[in-house]
Amino acid sequence: MNTSTSTFVRTEMLPEQAPPLTEAGAVKWVRENLFSSILNGILTVLGIVVVAYLVIGIAPWLSRSVWNAGSLSECRQIIADRWGEGVTGACWAVIRERWPQYLFGFYPSHLYWRPVLAFVLLCVAVAPVLFDRLPRKMLWFSLIYPAVGFWLLWGGSVWVPVMAVAGFAIGYAAVKVVQPVAGTILATIAAVLAPVLWWLFLAGPAADALQSILPIALQGVRSREFGGFILAFTIGFTGIAFSLPLGVMLALGRQSDMFIVNKLSVGFIEFIRGVPLITLLFTASLLLNYFLPPGTDFDIILRVIIMVVLFAAAYIAEVVRGGLAALPRGQYEAADALGLDYWKAQRLIIMPQALKISIPGIVSTFIGLFKDTTLVVFVGLLDPLKGITDAVRASTDWKGIYWEPYIFVGAIFFLFCFGMSRYSMYLESKLKTDHR
Amino acid sequence: MKQSVFLGTLAATTLLAGAALAQGTSTLQTVKDRGELNCGVNTGLVGFAAPDASGNWQGFDVALCKAVAGAIFGDASKVVYIPTTSSDRFEQLTSGRIDMLIRNTTWTFSRDTDLKMDFVGVNYYDGQGFMVRNDLGVSSAKELNGATICIQTGTTTELNLADYFKANNMTYTAVPIETNAEGEQQYLAGACDAYTTDASGLAATRAAFADPENHVILPEIISKEPLGPAVRHGDSEWGDVVRWTMNALVAAEEFGITSANIDELATSSQNPEVQRLLGTSDNLGGMIGLEANWALNAIKAGGNYGEIFAATIGESTPIGLARGLNAQWTQGGLLYTPPFR
Amino acid sequence: MAVVTEEPKAGFRLGMLIYDTRYRSITIQIVVLMLVMLGVAWLIDNLLSNLAALGRGIDFGFLWNRAGYDINQTLVEYTNDSTHARATLVGLLNTLLIAFLGCIAATVVGVIAGVLRLSNNWVIARLMTVYVEIFRNIPLLLWILMIYTIFTEAFPAPNAFRGDTPAASMVMFDTVAFTNRYTAIPWPMFDRSLGWLPLGPLWLNLDLAAIVAALVGGFLLNRFILRRATRIQEATGDRPTTWWQCTLALFGPIFLVLLALGTHLDSPSLQGFNFTGGLQVSNSLVALWLALTLYTAAFIAEIVRAGINAISRGQSEAAFALGLRPGRTMNLIILPQALRVIIPPLISQYLNLTKNSSLAIAVGYMDLRGTLGGITLNQTGRGLEAMMLLMLIYLIVSLLISSAMNVYNNSVKLKER
Repeated sequence: MNTSTSTFVRTEMLPEQAPPLTEAGAVKWVRENLFSSILNGILTVLGIVVVAYLVIGIAPWLSRSVWNAGSLSECRQIIADRWGEGVTGACWAVIRERWPQYLFGFYPSHLYWRPVLAFVLLCVAVAPVLFDRLPRKMLWFSLIYPAVGFWLLWGGSVWVPVMAVAGFAIGYAAVKVVQPVAGTILATIAAVLAPVLWWLFLAGPAADALQSILPIALQGVRSREFGGFILAFTIGFTGIAFSLPLGVMLALGRQSDMFIVNKLSVGFIEFIRGVPLITLLFTASLLLNYFLPPGTDFDIILRVIIMVVLFAAAYIAEVVRGGLAALPRGQYEAADALGLDYWKAQRLIIMPQALKISIPGIVSTFIGLFKDTTLVVFVGLLDPLKGITDAVRASTDWKGIYWEPYIFVGAIFFLFCFGMSRYSMYLESKLKTDHR
Repeated sequence: MKQSVFLGTLAATTLLAGAALAQGTSTLQTVKDRGELNCGVNTGLVGFAAPDASGNWQGFDVALCKAVAGAIFGDASKVVYIPTTSSDRFEQLTSGRIDMLIRNTTWTFSRDTDLKMDFVGVNYYDGQGFMVRNDLGVSSAKELNGATICIQTGTTTELNLADYFKANNMTYTAVPIETNAEGEQQYLAGACDAYTTDASGLAATRAAFADPENHVILPEIISKEPLGPAVRHGDSEWGDVVRWTMNALVAAEEFGITSANIDELATSSQNPEVQRLLGTSDNLGGMIGLEANWALNAIKAGGNYGEIFAATIGESTPIGLARGLNAQWTQGGLLYTPPFR
Repeated sequence: MAVVTEEPKAGFRLGMLIYDTRYRSITIQIVVLMLVMLGVAWLIDNLLSNLAALGRGIDFGFLWNRAGYDINQTLVEYTNDSTHARATLVGLLNTLLIAFLGCIAATVVGVIAGVLRLSNNWVIARLMTVYVEIFRNIPLLLWILMIYTIFTEAFPAPNAFRGDTPAASMVMFDTVAFTNRYTAIPWPMFDRSLGWLPLGPLWLNLDLAAIVAALVGGFLLNRFILRRATRIQEATGDRPTTWWQCTLALFGPIFLVLLALGTHLDSPSLQGFNFTGGLQVSNSLVALWLALTLYTAAFIAEIVRAGINAISRGQSEAAFALGLRPGRTMNLIILPQALRVIIPPLISQYLNLTKNSSLAIAVGYMDLRGTLGGITLNQTGRGLEAMMLLMLIYLIVSLLISSAMNVYNNSVKLKER
């Protein structure tokens, strides 16, 4: 072969050419992502128009913000002086002046450090639950946090929460003592019975006795003085912590083969899901007294928390049931084939998958629970959205202010709820095991 | 076997409950033991009961709570204010969570009888009125045919409004609202032609407007609204304490006892009725289970009726209410206390 | 057989109740049942002794007393002379109305938002994310109050329409007026109305019944024509032309009924303080509906998204391999499968919406809580009875919705063997 004659064979590569203008850079991106079809084009334009309309409507009002004023009329005067008669502007001074009330309600002002500390410790306690890279030892603190938080928020003798925690220790001790003698089942019964008896009859006197020997106490704060965001957080976080386990138990009860357990779970779930939270709160606040022995009266926040927990648990039960239903039957059969008993199968095979599927639903329920804390205003508690805002507006200085408090409270709620939903996404992607 | 255990437990519970009830400790004793008075007030109505920026409750109704606490404990600060809504106020009282209800509550027949409450008196004589804008060109409630009217739900005003329009053969559209703040917003935005509530509330609302001169309160008062404190039915001793504390405040004004001169009068007054009232002679306090100087402490808590009125809702305050019907009987009003003897 | 039943009896010991799996579940169930019964008995006993101490009984007689208050939106005949029971019914119908409108709108908006959120259009996907996140993460009460306030502040009061040079004017050829109280729209009126047929507490509007009957009749006639055409086609191979028959069947009866009733549109006009004539859709209804719709739709969008994501990627890859376009893949492959995951939480959302409508009182919409749980409760002071009745009614409504949806759920559930 004579190479010099084969002219039609190219011996070197052509230099790389730039892609066509419409297939590169911003243009390509716009074409593919915004105008890939006529419908998409229309949608894009519509979307941009809506955004522009909103921005044009709100931005001028926001740009004329006043942060320093003693009353609404003074604030409006400042706006008129600064930007001319007849324009409207945002009057954030109300938030600046009343923010302690929005955060703490009527919590005594010299004790503000306590809720703040409780909140910081809450973050410490929650961190190891949320992120598994943190040392596992921190979970011990998470376990005792409820007692610490309770003591910081409500104050009173330190021995009350200590004795309450002691109940769990007693339950554990009961298991250790009874199990070798009488077997697992009786030990379980003892583990339930001993703490209950302790809490009902012995914890109170024991706390009193210890208090008289070694008095350590914080100044007590009443539930009625709670308000604003500490109220929302107290109810919200306690509700979240207790509704998940209860909800999972209810879901298992609903899936159970035991007729009575099944029917009771179904009845409970359907009842709670069937009535609005407001009516439950109303029941907690007023009618509960009719159902308790005469003269009993326990804390209003506790009653609200119980109702909120029951309410959220029924929803979580349904969400988890959805997750269980989505699991192929083969998973149960495989667990049976491995010879796992019921609880082991649930713990190792079923629940991890069912819960993973249910994460968005569960977090939605949590977010809903947190937002529903605003409804406590209907039983006379001072929630940040309406309770505190109405209290602020009841003063002559701030009569007639609407948007600013709503936006402020809405923004805080958004921050926390959005954080929760982002975390659920993070968790979803972390737990994703299939190949997509 | 197990069934009988159940029944036994049940019976035991019932017996215990019955025993506890039979003892029936009086409210006064309960309050004294507790060391605090649980007072049910409005969640927030300027002038009558509203917390200020630091959470201290202020107002006309609140002052009566303080006076009762003063009469019982000699310390006006021993009150727990429990905000009640218009829907839960009666249940709060009957369920025992509050000892007395003082929340702009109208004394009506069915509330006094069917709901098992006792109204112990009237601390403010009110009546329902209408407020409209000047530019609506309305000068009488009779011209409101076809109007849209904002009204707070859960109050007697709803029934009065329906009755009034029916009696005058007129129609209207009601815009029910939950709180006074929302009502103001609706009214100012023109979502209703008229705003109706108790005349005192209208005055307070109007006073807080940026342009009160553009709004007018129509002359018609369409109802009687005697507002007063209520206690649970069947505990007359406790009812007496609240009733006579209130009377003491009114009587103090009649006799010219003020928080400024009360200590001086207590030692030097020669008027026998003043002496009896302030506990220098006769032990009236002992008759209602209180200290001899109960009325002295009650009046010291916030002054006499007139002083309380002037400080919370009177003409010098933003609310700016005239005494009107709530003046002493000697001044042409309706305040007339039975004698202290 | 006899031997088998005999055997456990012979060896029966008390411990077997706990340790023998044959009996354990029964033991557990009996213990649970007893504990629950004991608890309930305790509560009822307390209730009775408390009521006895107060000198009150449980008495629903108040329901038959005169209500005495007015309701601004009534779907059935109601005046302030009606009973509290009647007011309860009015409230219930208002609750059902808002729930029905809300569920439909929320489903439509929610599915669209959920699908668009996964779209490859960058602007729309981001916008939907922002919408979903904002509405999901801010309390509903705030949205209701805000949207209502926007309505109140943005539209003119009715008296702005008055005068020679009015500040506001009606739209759509002077037939529709947006005000800050209501939207006044034209509404059909009947010259030869058939009136009402009394049926117990509910009165049947004969005009409405005639129109519904004509619609259903037309629909059935249309089906019959189509079936007949199919039959002819199967027999002869020729499909007869049916479009004019179908049009006639669908629109003929309703047209005749409307003509017979003497239908004309009644336009609103300003008289006195307010518009009269036509229909006035109150802003509280619209604002509440809008808030409930947008709020619930954000949740439904999230559920739809999760449902679609739960479908294995292989499904859509297989569909693409078959040459299906993305839209058809979504409609034919993904959504039907995703429904399995979507339905259970969707039921929750419908129930949520129904129950959330009890926040209506914040904007003065007189729903069940506003009438029975609000004014009736306050005027009669019968908190216990009113609350129990309120819960019972909500429970029945929820159970009806839930069971209807569960029937549907069972029909789409994956059948495994």
